[in-house]
Amino acid sequence: MGLMLNRAPFFVFLSVIVAAACVMWSGRARGEGGEPPYFAITNARIIPVSGPPIESGTVVVAKGLIQAVGTNVAIPPEAWVVDGKGLTVYPGLIDAGTNIGLQQEGGEAQAPAAGGRGARRAAPAGPIARGPEDRPATTPWRVAADEFKPDDKRIESWRNAGFTTVLSAPEGGIFPGQGSVVDLAGERAGDFVVKPAATLQVSFRPAGGFFGFPDSLMGTIAYVRQVLDDASWYAQSESIYLANPAKNQRIPYDRAERVVSEALANKEIVVLPANNSVQILRALRLADEWKISAALFGGQQGYAVADAVAAKRMPVIVSLKWPERPKDVDPEAEQSLRDLRFRDRAPGTPAAFAKAGVKFAFSSDGLSGPKDILKNVKKALDAGLAPDAALRAFTKDAAEILGVSEQLGAVEPGKIANLVVTDGDIFNEKTKVKDVFVDGRFFEIHPEAAPEKPPHGGGEPKPMRADEAQAGALSSGVSR
Amino acid sequence: MKTSRFLLALGLLAALVSNPARAQNSNVILIQNATILTVTHGNIERGSILIRDGKIADVGTDVKAPEGATVIDATGQFVMPGIIDCHSHIAVDGSVNEGGPSVSSMARIPDVLNPDDIDIYRDLAGGVTTANILHGSANSIGGQTVVIKLRWGKPAADLPFQGAMPGIKFALGENPKRSGFTPPPGVPQRYPVTRLGVEETIRQAFTEAREYKKEWDDYDRRKAAGEPNLIPPRRNVTLDPLVEVLEGKRYVHAHCYRADEILMLLRVAKEFGFKVRTFQHVLEGYKIADELAAAGVGASTFSDWWAYKMEAYDAIPYNATLMTERGVVVSINSDDAEEATHLNQEAAKSMKYGGLSSNDALKLVTLNPAIQLGIDNRVGSIDVGKDADLAIYNHDPLSVYAVVQKMLIDGQVYFDRQRDIALRPALEKEKQELLDKEKKAAEPEKKSEEKPAAKPERKKKPGKPDAGETGTAEGGAL
Repeated sequence: MGLMLNRAPFFVFLSVIVAAACVMWSGRARGEGGEPPYFAITNARIIPVSGPPIESGTVVVAKGLIQAVGTNVAIPPEAWVVDGKGLTVYPGLIDAGTNIGLQQEGGEAQAPAAGGRGARRAAPAGPIARGPEDRPATTPWRVAADEFKPDDKRIESWRNAGFTTVLSAPEGGIFPGQGSVVDLAGERAGDFVVKPAATLQVSFRPAGGFFGFPDSLMGTIAYVRQVLDDASWYAQSESIYLANPAKNQRIPYDRAERVVSEALANKEIVVLPANNSVQILRALRLADEWKISAALFGGQQGYAVADAVAAKRMPVIVSLKWPERPKDVDPEAEQSLRDLRFRDRAPGTPAAFAKAGVKFAFSSDGLSGPKDILKNVKKALDAGLAPDAALRAFTKDAAEILGVSEQLGAVEPGKIANLVVTDGDIFNEKTKVKDVFVDGRFFEIHPEAAPEKPPHGGGEPKPMRADEAQAGALSSGVSR
Repeated sequence: MKTSRFLLALGLLAALVSNPARAQNSNVILIQNATILTVTHGNIERGSILIRDGKIADVGTDVKAPEGATVIDATGQFVMPGIIDCHSHIAVDGSVNEGGPSVSSMARIPDVLNPDDIDIYRDLAGGVTTANILHGSANSIGGQTVVIKLRWGKPAADLPFQGAMPGIKFALGENPKRSGFTPPPGVPQRYPVTRLGVEETIRQAFTEAREYKKEWDDYDRRKAAGEPNLIPPRRNVTLDPLVEVLEGKRYVHAHCYRADEILMLLRVAKEFGFKVRTFQHVLEGYKIADELAAAGVGASTFSDWWAYKMEAYDAIPYNATLMTERGVVVSINSDDAEEATHLNQEAAKSMKYGGLSSNDALKLVTLNPAIQLGIDNRVGSIDVGKDADLAIYNHDPLSVYAVVQKMLIDGQVYFDRQRDIALRPALEKEKQELLDKEKKAAEPEKKSEEKPAAKPERKKKPGKPDAGETGTAEGGAL
């Protein structure tokens, strides 16, 4: 509260400046809120991730891309300059497992034919699957990008915490759909999308209840095997047919087969859920058998099998929702040593992966917000994960796993201008995110107790912080 | 028996850290001074077994330990071949039934082996070294089965009995026709609902499998002849294992009770040209022992478990003995993780019911199930050249006082009762420490959780205008 009172006069001043700026930019092409296309963050500590830190350097952002990074770079005259003194610039963070922007479970978009998590309790809507030929709970054609809703409140809260990019993936069913890499800013839904078909999601959760197929783990695995076989058959047979249409009967069109075969041909990452050591080793075997480019999702007992994962060069999207003692459990109930060990050691998994050479990213799946993400990353750091390895997992390695490393994951020229500017070490809980750039769009992040904004200024950019405005730090951009 | 079970329960904890690699690294072991129940060539008093590289290298009274051999002194103790359980459902992750379709041959037990299942350790501590892990009996044709060794501590990939023929579960009678299963309103009952329907389902499946096999044979033939641009048939994961049955590459283990339907399956098998390897449960087998013997099919049954459902009312505890006397290869199985901890006693019951000799009783849980599973060249008796899968008891294993002391698989000690007992305090201590740690970690968290609750009004912020693209940080980076 004291902070707010201290800062209040600044914001009065700020409002005046912003109002003036709005008038001046009214004729420009605008992105999300009317940012200029050029920025320069000067005098900042830069953590490119792809190279060594730069103690005091400049990052130039131009039309959504990083144009230059270094200690001696030219600042375009039209650039809006942010004084980064005392601040640190990181690549925007990537959350490699969310359903941000997608309708939550139970919604209309989440009702695959023969069940799915939400549908299981209700009476089955469609016919009950009796075997693999019925294609239960299979909607691989659903693409998160196509269903993305920019009004999801989490877009803002994740972005304010420094996340510029997420993997958003459909849920429900055995083949729920394809995950998309989306940036967390834009006007139309399409603006957000970096890579629409990034991952092919698979779930091994049985879908059929006891009266439909599959109702067991082994049945579900068998079903996935059949669908992958069918997809390969489709691709192979269609090409033979197309080359000889006069000689063969045509191949019956099948949406699932077509979509899955295309995904496999494009080397789309197949995301296989695997959390405990048994599931992890099983997923490694299945990925081998199915000859797919896969990534594991979950991976929390990886500490026990990190070497096996490394040997297969299998990337892992580690779930940050560490196992906890169930909240509603009888306090007198006997706890098994196995569960106790798992809960104790799970946060040590990222460190074990780093040591073994497993490439991993993090997912916030199941966590309520960025606060919990930080708290749970802290547990991994306390369990021995080096901060730079944690940062890689949130940036460069995540980008590589998701197949977007040409565009994202590092502060270097040519990358999409996704940046997070902080006043300290990003994993320190006292550190504040000051600014976030998404696709070169500028977002200033206010502390929690920020005062109300002026009536029309609320939706407009505030390219300077109060202290900068007072110090007259803004240069060319405003004076134009 | 009670004592043994109590100790096994205690051993549960110890199981979590038992590490076979640490116990025995030597590849030459001599078990000496034991009463050896070879099963194939009588009992040897004060005999020794030499193990080299996981195999039995020598057996007799004058076998000496070579230099450097690890010696296990078994004075006053009994060594028998590790028990083979021909019907088990342990070590399975998830349901053992894929109950959706009545033909669930696509489901594979090997896909879902769970090496962390504590029942592996419990059954091992009860004398079992090998188990036939079966799919459940909800389906006329069930899932694919696998024979495993109870190599506790090894990953799933190391459990299967290398070289053992894969199998498939069939089921006849009340279970596949879903007696007693009423689906929820609006959901149709699964076909079949009669014994006739079970037969029809099996016929239908093999008719399809035959067609499928023909399609592939035809394709392979034309392809081999150099015909270009052929579109291959679809692979069908449900029919593939049935083709293997037709080709004699997969054993059929058929769950059954009544004599009439056992004969039915024998007729269907004959018609389609495949063999039934074992009938499981086969509680009315004594009524058709001659037919079973003539068909060369194994019978794997319970000792004295009956009347738990209609089709089990005609069961008698003399079943194993009567079938044995008519020339059927008979085994006693568990079908249950707990039952498997005392299969030695289950075998002994056939001495009481029908008067089998002690050696024939032992065979019911060793050599006979090995024959039924096609692994008798490897296990099932104490003979030179076989796998060193051995159970060491403190008394005659056919006595109720017998408690397992050590278990060896492939010449490695996988269970040692003394080690198990010795490890328990350390495990209890570890558990207590983890509990304390968890409790301590929860305390400061509680305090911080109370904070926001004390000021709920902060979250509301009525009248706050739309924050636009600037926002409110939740506190802290990330």
